[in-house]
Amino acid sequence: MGESGAVPPRFAPGDRVRARAGDPDGHTRLPRYARGQTGRIVALTGNWPLADDVAAHRPAPRNEPVYTVAFDARALWGEGGHEVTLDLWQSYLEPAAESAAGPAAGEEPV
Amino acid sequence: MSGTHTGNPLAARVRRLEERLIGAGLVDEAELDAVLTRFLQGASPLNGARVTARAWSDPDFRERLLADAGAALPELGLGTAGGLQAQRLGVVANTPTRHNVLVCTLCSCYPIGLLGPSPSWYKSEAYRSRVVREPRAVLAEFGLHLPEEVEITVWDSSAESRYMVLPERPPGTEGMTESELAGLVTREGLIGTASV
Repeated sequence: MGESGAVPPRFAPGDRVRARAGDPDGHTRLPRYARGQTGRIVALTGNWPLADDVAAHRPAPRNEPVYTVAFDARALWGEGGHEVTLDLWQSYLEPAAESAAGPAAGEEPV
Repeated sequence: MSGTHTGNPLAARVRRLEERLIGAGLVDEAELDAVLTRFLQGASPLNGARVTARAWSDPDFRERLLADAGAALPELGLGTAGGLQAQRLGVVANTPTRHNVLVCTLCSCYPIGLLGPSPSWYKSEAYRSRVVREPRAVLAEFGLHLPEEVEITVWDSSAESRYMVLPERPPGTEGMTESELAGLVTREGLIGTASV
């Protein structure tokens, strides 16, 4: 946590990341179609209060980096030549390499 | 929201909800009016058209707009503030080899301040589920037939992050003024379901 409570960025543009596969109990802004899929960080858009915490009315929502992440259609749907980009909070993501053998043991629910 | 409503059932439901919120002391009439005025005043696709025409006419503005739309919009008296919550706006430019199209698969996030209220199809399940999966086919149904070599990026928007597409300037418009150029831009062009 920084001075302002902002969580420092863990990823940089170009990094390969995997969206967490878990199905959270409450509200999330990680669409089901992207869960468990690998994409590429396009940009860091700054820190924003985690939507899941805001929706749960947590008094101090985590202030996390939000990344624009591009996914190849072929990875998402098994077909198609386009890409789909999503703005995803840091706790939705893990390094792609870390998850090569499936979800990491220490994976926290989002 | 004082004043007379029609018999529209949705308006009646909204009014009952407002009364409950006011009764519970969560909000008062004046506060509701102020929020709605700030939220909807001037929200129109004419704003997005004006931004587009300026970007076509002024390469430096275009560069600033694409780099940080939130910082560039105040140059035209526009902003991303005034919504119900803080938002980031990204402007994504079409090129001869890349076409952009917007969706919100989870709900109906949309840059209302620049584009006005969203069209009903934008909120439909059919559009939201299909455009991420087969955008080329969906765009063709809108009458936009992209050449095979043009790649497509679908921007799935989120509550805190909204997008606007910057269409390509049509050929043969070199002599046009900025306001004439703005007149060429459609709401669909700014969503990406039309070329301009």
